[in-house]
Amino acid sequence: MKTKNQLAAAPWVFTVGFFLLWELVCRAFKISSFILPAPSTILLAVWEYRSQLTYHALHTLWMTFAGFGLAVGFGLLLGMLLGSSRLINAGSYPLLVGFNSIPKVAVVPILVFWFGVGWVPPVLTAFLISFFPIVVNVATGIATVEPEMEDVLRALGASKKDIVFKIGVPRAMPYFFGSLKVAITLAYVGSVIGEQNASNVGIGNLLTRASAAFEVPLVWAALVVLAVLGVIMYAITAYAERSMTGWAQRSQMAA
Amino acid sequence: MKPFVDIHDVTHVYARAEDGVPAVQNLTIRINEGEFAAIVGPSGCGKSTLMKLATGLQFPREGTVIVDGKEVGAPVKLAGMAFQNPTMLPWRTTVDNILLPLEIVEPHRSRLRKHKAEYVAKAEGLLEQVGLKGQGHKYPWQLSGGMQQRASLCRALIHEPKLLMLDEPFGALDSFTREELWCVMRDLHAARKVTIILVTHDLREAAFLADRVFCMSARPGHIVAEREVTFPRPRDLEITYTPEFSELVHELRGHIAQARKAA
Repeated sequence: MKTKNQLAAAPWVFTVGFFLLWELVCRAFKISSFILPAPSTILLAVWEYRSQLTYHALHTLWMTFAGFGLAVGFGLLLGMLLGSSRLINAGSYPLLVGFNSIPKVAVVPILVFWFGVGWVPPVLTAFLISFFPIVVNVATGIATVEPEMEDVLRALGASKKDIVFKIGVPRAMPYFFGSLKVAITLAYVGSVIGEQNASNVGIGNLLTRASAAFEVPLVWAALVVLAVLGVIMYAITAYAERSMTGWAQRSQMAA
Repeated sequence: MKPFVDIHDVTHVYARAEDGVPAVQNLTIRINEGEFAAIVGPSGCGKSTLMKLATGLQFPREGTVIVDGKEVGAPVKLAGMAFQNPTMLPWRTTVDNILLPLEIVEPHRSRLRKHKAEYVAKAEGLLEQVGLKGQGHKYPWQLSGGMQQRASLCRALIHEPKLLMLDEPFGALDSFTREELWCVMRDLHAARKVTIILVTHDLREAAFLADRVFCMSARPGHIVAEREVTFPRPRDLEITYTPEFSELVHELRGHIAQARKAA
């Protein structure tokens, strides 16, 4: 039981320790708050700008969820298609990998040409940056169905569709939820990039304006808010993963 | 008796085979309705190909495969299968795993939702027959290997197939569990009169269970010997320790040794 409690406490101890160390270093070496503000300074800034930060953070959250939702729907569909057809898989992989290799920062200006400045570019950036891991993982889960299992059903006259939906899709769920943890943080990066370049609201936009005005504590406060929200969203997807696919997590490693 | 599975002069090459050597060549085998046939042979002799041909998962390049009076041109739909690996789906309980074939095969497919309780009772009945009474609510990974294999037999039988295909189903089990499952298999066959084709490496298993044992040659596979097993049924495990039984196993071993040497 002792080790279980230790495991539960570890994230908090490590996090608090990290910030204490940071604070100590800043004070011991008298680092200027323009270069690296101490956590206490940042915390004060978070409190001071709380209404502004909340307003922009909610907007960013909304953009992220919209983009993430699109990525989940599109990723599942495309993953199912790729996983169930070797032809489509082989044909479209180079395209997908090529597209995924493009830095999405470079795509934002194009989105602005098409849709103007507003909520569309951040949502689409979040979508474009986060669908790839979902597609790859769902496709892998479906494509690796055991051949014996396939034989059992095919000998009964099951169609390809039966096999994909009865075995492939449920089997891909652990891969899918695993990929969501990656995708949610990516979507988040995507919406902030989109806001920095093509929006008048959101944490990304706040960051751009604060750094242009050399309001260093505000920049750091915004970064801290981003990090905290990221951890929360990751935790939500991790929770969803555990509750949906508990059957897949029974090894000692997952416990 | 009329043949239930009639494989006549079949030669089959897999499309993916790189060397183009046939998996089976001039394979002829007739298995009667309700018969328990065992097929033994050296490894890689095309025993699994024979299973795929008889269930319509593969179609022969040459020759004919007739099952239940019809030439096979599509998966036969009346077969149940069990493999060395129990292949239970880990996200379904044992009962839901056993019900899986009913979600595919008509008329059960369209009846399943409305008559779920009736089918669950049937699955529970099968579980009882194989010695897994009351274990249906567990997930497969909560069961031992032998118990999973028993459940996999239930899955192969739930839709009352006329043909049961067993591909080394007891190969991965310890010898005590294996002998227990031989008896389970013997009783299931006696109770259901289903035609069974058992592919195995274990000559004692073949001799104990089967009505006829077929020996296959090394690749490209064909039948080199056929041996009637005349021990009266029901057979007790004790017969495996009689001199007659040892003699039969020894004889079968001779056929396999010859087939291996010829390769």
